[in-house]
Amino acid sequence: MARVVVDVMLKPEILDPQGKAVHGALPRLGFDGVADVRQGKRFEIDLDGEVTEERLAEVHKIAETLLSNPVIEDYAIHIEGDAAPGKRRA
Amino acid sequence: MKIGVVTFPGSLDDVDAQRAVRLGGNEAVALWHGDHDLQGVDAVVLPGGFSYGDYLRCGAISRFSPVMTEVIAAAGRGLPVLGICNGFQILCESHLLPGALIRNDHRKFVCRDQRLRIENNRTPWTSSYDDRAEITIVLKNGEGSYVADTETLDRLEGEGRVVARYLDGNPNGSLRDIAGITNEAGNVVGLMPHPEHAIEDLCGPGTDGLGFFTGLVEKTFA
Repeated sequence: MARVVVDVMLKPEILDPQGKAVHGALPRLGFDGVADVRQGKRFEIDLDGEVTEERLAEVHKIAETLLSNPVIEDYAIHIEGDAAPGKRRA
Repeated sequence: MKIGVVTFPGSLDDVDAQRAVRLGGNEAVALWHGDHDLQGVDAVVLPGGFSYGDYLRCGAISRFSPVMTEVIAAAGRGLPVLGICNGFQILCESHLLPGALIRNDHRKFVCRDQRLRIENNRTPWTSSYDDRAEITIVLKNGEGSYVADTETLDRLEGEGRVVARYLDGNPNGSLRDIAGITNEAGNVVGLMPHPEHAIEDLCGPGTDGLGFFTGLVEKTFA
């Protein structure tokens, strides 16, 4: 079994009120020096068998159609255990 | 005429919307999210609520429900569709309307009587209002901040596709005070505030919302 991870983040220009709320809470807890916090989503997708190019393309399709809304979000995909940075697409 | 109101798991305002349809002089037809069937209705309302628990993103799961496949196809053929609140979110997720709705900029749920200006009374849903009519209906949302890129916003405004705009202050951070928009053809309308909660004097802020449910007859059969 192989695990493919999809990270979804709001585009930089989209306001992230949840991230702002987390950021606002940090000084109250005594954590200083944090410039900004953005909140996103992480999806762990377990595939049967090996990760092939074809199946990775399918995960991209899943990420584009369901996991992210391209109007407001970007996503990045990486294979767990794979140190190489994921391919990022708008 | 027959107006279908879709119930998704987690819809809240489907019964109110059905009542508004009836008070508007039309027949309300209950549609089910799991059916590939619009039962021959002349128009569809996607009501407010938290369909599929707002999981993933508001409207993201509903968009792929069997009934939405039919709604999307029928909207393409000109069927009038009104999405209210969660319905508006579903229409954006379905790409029937441009842009998206994100969490309110002030992070709080808002529930209040809201003044609006109707800026496009040429849609089947707004044709009973005077041009630039100012109305007060209920607004209640946590993720009602309308966003789109500048080019899209300019196009919406340039083509007169902003259907309603917030007055007396922006309640949720919506860009350019946008409360509702329509598609290019003008048959699909998304609106964040709730006209179906302002149809009787007994409860709610008055009857300003009823016009959304009375305009269909003359427009569609004209």
